[in-house]
Order: sequence, then structure tokens, then C-alpha cells
Amino acid sequence: MPSDVTVFEFHGGIHPEQNKTQSLQLPLGNPKLPDELVLPLGQHIGQMSRPLVKVGDRVLKGQTIAINNGFLSSFLHAPTSGRISAIEERAIAHPSGLSDLCIIIEPDNKETWCELRPMPLWQESTKTDVLTYLAEMGIVGMGGAGFPTQVKLQGAQKNDLDYLIINAAECEPYITADDMLIREKTSHLVQGIQILQFLVEANNVIIGIEDNKEKAIELLQNELRVRQLDKQIKIAVVPTKYPSGGEKQLIQLLTDREVPSGKHPIDIGIICQNVGTCSAIYDAVVLGQPLISRITTLTGAALEHPQNVEVLLGTPIEHLLNYAGCDHSQLQRLIMGGPMMGFTLENQQAPIIKTTNCILAGSAKELPQPEPEQACIRCGMCEQACPASLLPQQLLWFTKSQEFEKAEHYNLFDCIECGACSYVCPSSIPLVQYYRHGKSAIREARDATIKSDHAKLRFEARKARQEAEAAEKEAKRLARKKPAPKADKAKVDAPTNDVTTAKADNANKAEKPANNEASKKLKIDLAIAKAKMKKLEKALTAAQEETRTEEINQLQTEVNEQKNTIQQLEDELTKVAPPAKVTKVANPNEAGVKQLKIDAAIAKASVKKLEKAIKKAEDINAPELETLKSQLTPAILRANELEKSLASAQEAAAKSSDSTATQAEELSEQAKADTKKLKIDIAIANAAIKKAKKNIDAMKAEGQDDAAIDASGLPQKLAEHEANITGLQQKLTDLTATDSKTEKPSAEVNPLADKIKKQKIAVALAKAQISKLTKRMEKEPEKAAEIQLEIEAKQAAQTTAETELAQLLNTQEKN
Amino acid sequence: MALLRITSPHTQRAGRKTSWVMLMVIAATIPGLVVQTALFGWGTLINILIAVAAALVSEAIILKMRQRSIGFFLKDYSAVLTAVLLGLALPPSVPWWLTVTAVSFAIIFAKQVYGGLGNNPFNPAMVGYAIVLVSFPVPMTQWLGSADVVATQDTLSFVHSIAAIFSSAPVIDGYTMATPLDAFKHKEGLMSSEAFASVEALSSGNLSSWFYVNMAYLAGGLALLYFRIITWHTPVALLGALAVMASLFYMIDASNAATPYFHLTTGAAMFGAFFIATDPVSSCTSNKGKLFYGCGIGVLIFIIRTWGGYPDAVAFAVLLMNFAAPFIDYYSQPRAYGHKKAKKGLKIGDSQ
Ligand code: SF4
Ligand code: SF4
Repeated sequence: MPSDVTVFEFHGGIHPEQNKTQSLQLPLGNPKLPDELVLPLGQHIGQMSRPLVKVGDRVLKGQTIAINNGFLSSFLHAPTSGRISAIEERAIAHPSGLSDLCIIIEPDNKETWCELRPMPLWQESTKTDVLTYLAEMGIVGMGGAGFPTQVKLQGAQKNDLDYLIINAAECEPYITADDMLIREKTSHLVQGIQILQFLVEANNVIIGIEDNKEKAIELLQNELRVRQLDKQIKIAVVPTKYPSGGEKQLIQLLTDREVPSGKHPIDIGIICQNVGTCSAIYDAVVLGQPLISRITTLTGAALEHPQNVEVLLGTPIEHLLNYAGCDHSQLQRLIMGGPMMGFTLENQQAPIIKTTNCILAGSAKELPQPEPEQACIRCGMCEQACPASLLPQQLLWFTKSQEFEKAEHYNLFDCIECGACSYVCPSSIPLVQYYRHGKSAIREARDATIKSDHAKLRFEARKARQEAEAAEKEAKRLARKKPAPKADKAKVDAPTNDVTTAKADNANKAEKPANNEASKKLKIDLAIAKAKMKKLEKALTAAQEETRTEEINQLQTEVNEQKNTIQQLEDELTKVAPPAKVTKVANPNEAGVKQLKIDAAIAKASVKKLEKAIKKAEDINAPELETLKSQLTPAILRANELEKSLASAQEAAAKSSDSTATQAEELSEQAKADTKKLKIDIAIANAAIKKAKKNIDAMKAEGQDDAAIDASGLPQKLAEHEANITGLQQKLTDLTATDSKTEKPSAEVNPLADKIKKQKIAVALAKAQISKLTKRMEKEPEKAAEIQLEIEAKQAAQTTAETELAQLLNTQEKN
Repeated sequence: MALLRITSPHTQRAGRKTSWVMLMVIAATIPGLVVQTALFGWGTLINILIAVAAALVSEAIILKMRQRSIGFFLKDYSAVLTAVLLGLALPPSVPWWLTVTAVSFAIIFAKQVYGGLGNNPFNPAMVGYAIVLVSFPVPMTQWLGSADVVATQDTLSFVHSIAAIFSSAPVIDGYTMATPLDAFKHKEGLMSSEAFASVEALSSGNLSSWFYVNMAYLAGGLALLYFRIITWHTPVALLGALAVMASLFYMIDASNAATPYFHLTTGAAMFGAFFIATDPVSSCTSNKGKLFYGCGIGVLIFIIRTWGGYPDAVAFAVLLMNFAAPFIDYYSQPRAYGHKKAKKGLKIGDSQ
């Protein structure tokens, strides 16, 4: 078959049996609607989407039901019209075989579309507009990990692009979804490529396709000729060899360039897109249809009618298996993806997601159980097959003997897990499994070093605080010795100071010298931590701009860690140096309100400024756009926060000056909203915990030892989530407390006494909790760090409660 | 039916198992075995049978002691292959106890003590060979002459062979003679041309017998290449280096040195290049490494043949290069995809 461009070669590769004809016998199928559609919130790489709908809502086909939640997240749309019947954990298609949060839609079988807003005049829009639009249409890479397309394309805005490569190689055995898509939607595909080219302006556009798809090649050539695009868009017919469709291998085949280790194609001026993504882009831009369906291959010997189907996202796999006439007694291995890189599913209820290109229902005969592993005879067949030119036998040796440093030196991280080595190994060694284990062990170790650094910092902070506390206690003891005369004296000494309580003053005086030391130290720590945070954030933005996924995740965790540390340090600081302002200022409420007002105004102004800058940046497509955007959210958050505290401060002020009921009502409204939000957050966190626990159980059930479980990072996650929840719950209680306070301010006979009572209870409760936790810590030393965190949180709560109590008591005394 | 949960890949190349690889190598020795038997009598075949039996027994005993599954490991045929290679390498007339000693030493000490298949740093067959060569030099250097050369004008009959191998009586003198390599080494003051004219073992008849044997092994080796069981790197580098060394010295001193042709077609040149040096376990891993490894063996063969104390040199050359293999491996890693340079050394600090 003629190829428009020179095709080069890549090292290694294998020729497994293709098994592609089975699924090409029947035309593209159209299964009817299932009883329910299950839409996981995490169908892409990156953070889960945030649901926009709630249970019971009616949705229309194409309506946005979840929005992106962070940089690599994506939008999600209703694949059909119907009712949201649940938002809950369901089994999803994931290598771990676990469940995750999903939106469940009960179709009404009417298929009523929502209002579509296509962009037929895309040529006249700005690129940023089209890119934003693609994000809103939920377009992600449909060939691989589900990388949000607009993020990938944004990279091309900054660099000069040499090649736009359209990946139609589809080298995995059995899969014919792309082949079918090219045949069925040739013109959509080509127009999708045109839109892409408009967005990235590459010097060359090449479609890479394996020579086993003759019909598709012919149709493509015709289409290009008819549209007179055959000069701009070239077709490269590459020999059938697995894994020619691997991104790096296809790049090598078409350009003879290699993506440098640890870098991305964009770094050498290349972008790859899958054909499915191209046609989805067309559907979105020209027809206004978001990504709600895809072509998937149903194949395998257990199916009576293997074929390709155009299927709505969220369709349970079982529905499709039945559609294709699955003989369940034959079905032994259910694979999502192909036989080389796909993963097995245990639950047939798992739904089709954006990246599902194939469901392989294998019988025992066609995919027999692996044979027992024999010794590696170092025959080198794996080495001859490895497309990354690695030495798989050496990697095996090092990963098996846990010599991970050597494994890394032998380029373990350049392994693309294609499975070619395992395929040829005469000793039936599951090589890829060893490599996966090795990689995760190395990653774990890296994370652990970072964590231990943080732990050290935390430990030092704790020590400082304990010292401060000891001093405080000593001071209190001294103060208690002769409280009465001193209090009198204070009153006499400062008769005009109407807020300062004798008690507080007393305590303050005694505490000061001891506290000063500690607070100084803490302040320094805090400054250091903040500086580090800034550096990390910078690195993160840089990483995000260049879409280095692995690094992004890494940095993200670090940033989170750092945030925790800062938070903690701040807590300590407030504790060591109790809000001196309150005691010093004559009228805390008014002064506080004033200060807050100023702060809020400044914050708002900065948000506005940022927004303006972003708009400008968008217009000229400046590279700082991302940075600005990333700055915007924290700015907005800060503004909101300030406003909120302003509101509560105002409330307090209003209350103290006989507030009107309306104001209180407004506030309680807001508090309610906040409560709701918090409750949802808690639910999500709870779900995450459940998941993590389940994962751990599953791993235990599988007989994996503790080390493996630890290596999976699940326990850490669990702890994180638990800490998260405690925090959230704390907030919730706080909120409900204020809520109930605002709700019936006048109903109480003696509000002050009541409040004092409440505060006393709160203090007592906090104390009780702390002592309980301390006991627990003794009993479970292995969880000490975790418990320590909780204790610290509780102590913070106690201090706040105590300060408030002191204040209240003071007011009461005055009255 | 409960669905399987297995990680990818889910499919494997059918049929090409380790036992298949071993059997293919054994099968590839058949041409050589046939020619050797035809020219030098039944001794080789009997050697092989004794060796295989001894190998299976020693392997089974050790597996039992190490509490491994005997059936599972015997079925990989690696012990059988070691035995066959040893049987082919030993002179056809060696007594049975010598074969048994060589084989059991190879299996027990050169292989199982290191942890069994895949873990042995030295080629077991060559370790066994070297041990008996050093311990019993006399029977080890007595090779049978080919039929048209020896005084009796015939090879030993089957019965005679059995008798020779199992009795303690020395082999009938008329049948044995030194190998051409040995004879050439001990040509004393003779010029090369004189030696070829006068020494019996260097007569054209005996030389052509050895030529046939080597060609038969070459054919078997090409079959291994065709089935991609070995790569070309080691044999080509080995034979190339040997030829280059021989040519060099032949050009310097044609009257005393042997021709490159002589070096490539006598002794265990082809057998060593395709069947011994290519033993994957104890050789180098990367293609580049195999080139160095093969070259090293070729050069060492020439050096030992010319100046060493033993007539043939394949065993010692291979064992010496086995020593060097890990080192070569560290410095001959291939350049991985996406890397500008190949890494060197063992650890991160070692590179570049
Ligand atoms: S293919 Fe298997 S047996 Fe051969 S060297 Fe590689 S890992 Fe070892
Ligand atoms: S899985 Fe890794 S080591 Fe094995 S062939 Fe593929 S890239 Fe090479």
C-alpha cells in the first residue's frame, strides 16, 4: 500500500495474532438504551469531576451534569434524557476492580436533547474560545488515559509545532473500533483534523495507520482527495507490528525522532491525537454535541455476534455482552482494552467510559491461564522484542531482588508496559507485573522521603509547642495562686479599659515571656514553610504548563503536605500567642469589622485586577494565562473568606448592638448553605475512605502482605481522608453552632448565660476528646502521627473555646 | 463462572517455551552428532547416553535435596542439553566414569550450587569439561582417528566401542591418534608444510573429517539463527576474531603458523561458536555485549591454541569470558529509547 511519507522503524516489536476480522463481520451496531446509565465522575486522568446535579433532577440529553475540578479534570454530560436516580458508589472499570462515585441516570427513553450551541464559525473564533469550548464539551483523549484534550493542545500554543500526528494505528490485537470509526465517519474525522490543525498550526499533519486496515486507508485517501486536503494531510501506512500505535513508537515511525526520556512529545514539537478524539471534536464544534457516546469493539470467543457498537457512555458492560449474545458459561476473562495492555474486569455492571475502546470477552481456550513461571534463561528474546530498547531480563533481575536503584539505572521508567517482553518470554515470566511493582515501590520510596521531611518539621514544631505549653501551665499555676487581689488591682489600674478582663490580662501578663520565645520560633518556621510553599507552587505551575503529569501529581501532594504544615504552624502560633488584639482593642467588634472591611476590599480589588489581566491574556493568548488563572482561584477564595468573616464579624457587631432579625436570617441562610456544602464534602470524603478501606480489604483478601498494602499508598490515603473528615466535621459543628445561634437569637431568655454554658461544654468536650486521644495514642503508637494531628486540632478548638468563654465571662461580669 | 483477574498482557506466544528452546538446541546438534558418529565411531553417541543419564540422576538428587519439584524442573531439558553438549565435546573413547564425573560436576557444582537454571555464572558443560581435562589429561587428548586414516582402516565397531568405554583396558592403539590441533601443536621443529605432509593426524583425510564435523555444526548453528534462538552476534564475533588473529599471524610467519582456514575448520571452532559460546545464561545480555564477548572468546581461543598448554581452547576461552561477562554487561547497555547516550556502569553515579 502506498504511503505518502517515509516510514522509519522502531526497535523490537512483536507480531501477535491479530484476531481483528471477528469484530468486522457485522456493521456498526446500535444497542438500545439500558435501564440505567452509570457515569463515573473520574473518567479521565486527574481530579474527579464535581457533580452539578442532585438526586431527583431531570436532565436532558447533552446537559452538563458535572464540571471540572482542577487542572486535569473534565466535564461530564448526560448521555440521554432522564432522571438522576442516584449519586453513589458503583463498580467502575478500573484495574483495581473497585467502585467509585458515579452519577446514575434513569433514561426516560425520550432522548430529548438540551439546547445545543455549536460553533459552526470556529474559524472566526479565537483559539482560546475553541479550546475552552472543547473542555466544556468534555473532550478527552479517547485512545489512552483520558488526558483532557484542551490541556494537550494548549501546549502547542507556546511551542512551534512540527507535527500533528493522528494515531490510527490501532496495533492491539482484537480491537477494531478506530478502523470502524474511520470507515463510518470518514468526513467527520477529516473535519475534526482540520479543526485540530486550526488550533495547533502544525507544519505537518500525518495520519499514521497500520497496513492491515486497507478499507479505512482507501476511504481516507478518497475523502482527503475530494476535500482537496491531500497536500496538507498525509497518510503514513506503517507495517503491522505491535506496538506501532504506542505514542512514542508511532512518533519514531513517522518522524524518526525519539521523545526524550521523561519528556513529552510536545517538547520535541509533536502532538498526537487519536482518531476517536478527532471525530469527537467535530461532533462538539460543528454539531454542538458533547462527548456522550463512542465506538467500542465487542469481541472475544464468548460472544456470538462480535461487532463494533456505537454506545452511550455509562452503558453497563453486561448490557452490551447480552446484546452481542454472550455465552456466560464460556466467558472466563473479561478484558477492557486489548489483550496486550487491557485490564481484567470482575464486575460486569461496570460501565463504558470515555476511554473504553474494546470489551474482550475471552473464553478459556483463546486466552488460556498463564503457565507457571520458570527461571529466566537470559535468552534475550525479551530484549529483541522491547520497543524501548531496554534489557528486560536485567530489569527482571533487579526488580526481583529489590535492587531498585539499579533497576532505575537500567531505565525502568522508560518501560511503557507494552507487554511485548512478557509475550515472547519462553519461561512465561510475567515481566510487566514485576516492572509495575518495581515502579510503584520506587514511587512510594520517593513519596516517603518527602513525607519524612515534613514529619521532621512537624515534630520540631510540636516540641516547640510543648515547651510553650509547659510554660503556660506554669504561668497559670502562678496566676491561680492569688487571683482575687490581682483582679481587683487590674480593675483599679485600668478602669477605662472596659473590655480587658482581669483574668485575661492576668494570664496574658504571665504568659508573655514564655510565649514570646516559642512564638518567635514558630514565626520563623512559618516563614520558612511559606517560602517553601511558594517555591513549590511555582514549580507546580511550571509543571502544569508543560503538562508533565507525573510531576504534577508529585508536586500536588507536596503542596498539600506543605499546606498542612503551614496550617499547623499557624494553629500553633495562634495558640502560643493568643489573639492579643482582642484584649487590647477597645471595641474588638468594631475595630475587627473595620479591618476586615479593608482586607475584603483589597482582596476584591485584587480579584478584579486578576480577572482583567486574564481577559487581556486571553485576548492576546499570552503564556501567563495559566499562571494568572491559577492565581485567580486562591484570590477569589480569599475574597470570599474575608467576606464571610466580615459577615460574621458584622453579625457579631450587629448582635451586640441589638441586631435586626432580618440580618440574622440572611446569615442563617448562608450558614445553611455552607452546612450543606460541608455535608456534601464530608460525604465525598466518607466515600473516599470507604473506598480506601475496601481497597485495603481487597488487597488483604488477595493475600498481599502489609508491605504491599503499604506500597499501594492506600493506608496513607485513608489517614489523609480521615483527617480531612475530622476537619470538615469540626467546621460543620462550628457552623451548626453559629447557625443555631443565629436562628433564634431572641428566643433565649438569657442568651449570654446560655452561651457561656455552651462554651463551657465545648471546652469540656474538647478536653475530654484530647484525653481520649492521648490514651489512644499510647495504645496505638503506630498511629501516633495521625492521632497527634487530631489532638492538635482538638487543642486548637479548646483554645478557641476557652478564649471565647473568657470573653463571655467578662461580658457577663460587666453586666 | 468466576472471572479471572490477571494483569496484562493476556496472551503469550504459543509453543515457544523454555523446554522448546532447549529441545531446539539439542535438535540442532544432530547434524554434528551424525557426522561425528559416522567418522569417528559410536563412541560419541554412547557418551551422550551415559551423560544424559548421569545428568538426570544428579539433577533429580539435587532438586530433591533442595526440595524443588523434580518433574517441573527436569522437564525444562536444560540438564539434558548440558549432557548432550558435554557428550559431544568429550573424546569418543573416554571411559564411562570420566563422562559421569564431568557431567555430575557440571550439574551439581556448576549449576545447582549457584541456584539452578538461570543463575550459573559459568557454562556448566565447559566447567565439567575443564575439570576432567585438567584431572585426566591422557584420555582427554586421545581422539579416535577417522576411518580412512587409522591403521585398521575402520572405526571402532559398536561392540568394541562399548568395550573400550566400560573396560579399564586401554583403547586399541591402532584406532587412536591426536587431534589435528594437538598434532600441529606438537610438530616440534617441523615447518607447517612439512608437518602437514608427514604427520598422520594432519593428513588431508583426517583434516577433511574435521572439516565435515565443523560444517555440520555450522549447519545446526544456522538453523538456530533461523529460528531466532540465538542471535548472530556471538558466533560472528567469535569466528571473526579467530579468523583475524589467525590471518594476522599467518601473514607474519606463514611457515610456522597455521592458516585461518585450519583454525576455523578443526577442533571445536564451530561447535564452540554456535553451541557453547551462545549459552545465554552465562554469556552477555545486550547485542553489543555479545559482540565483545564473542570477540574475547575468539582471541582467547587463538592465544591458548598457539601458546597455551592444552590443544583445544574453547572451554578455557569460554570460561574466562564468563568471568568477564557481568563487567561487559555493565558497560554495553543499549541506548534506551529517548536517551541520548547509553548508560554505563551499574549505579546512577557510575553513568557517563
Ligand atoms: S525472554 Fe524471559 S527467559 Fe528470556 S531473557 Fe527475557 S525474561 Fe529471561
Ligand atoms: S513492557 Fe517494558 S520492558 Fe517489556 S517490552 Fe514493553 S517497554 Fe520493553
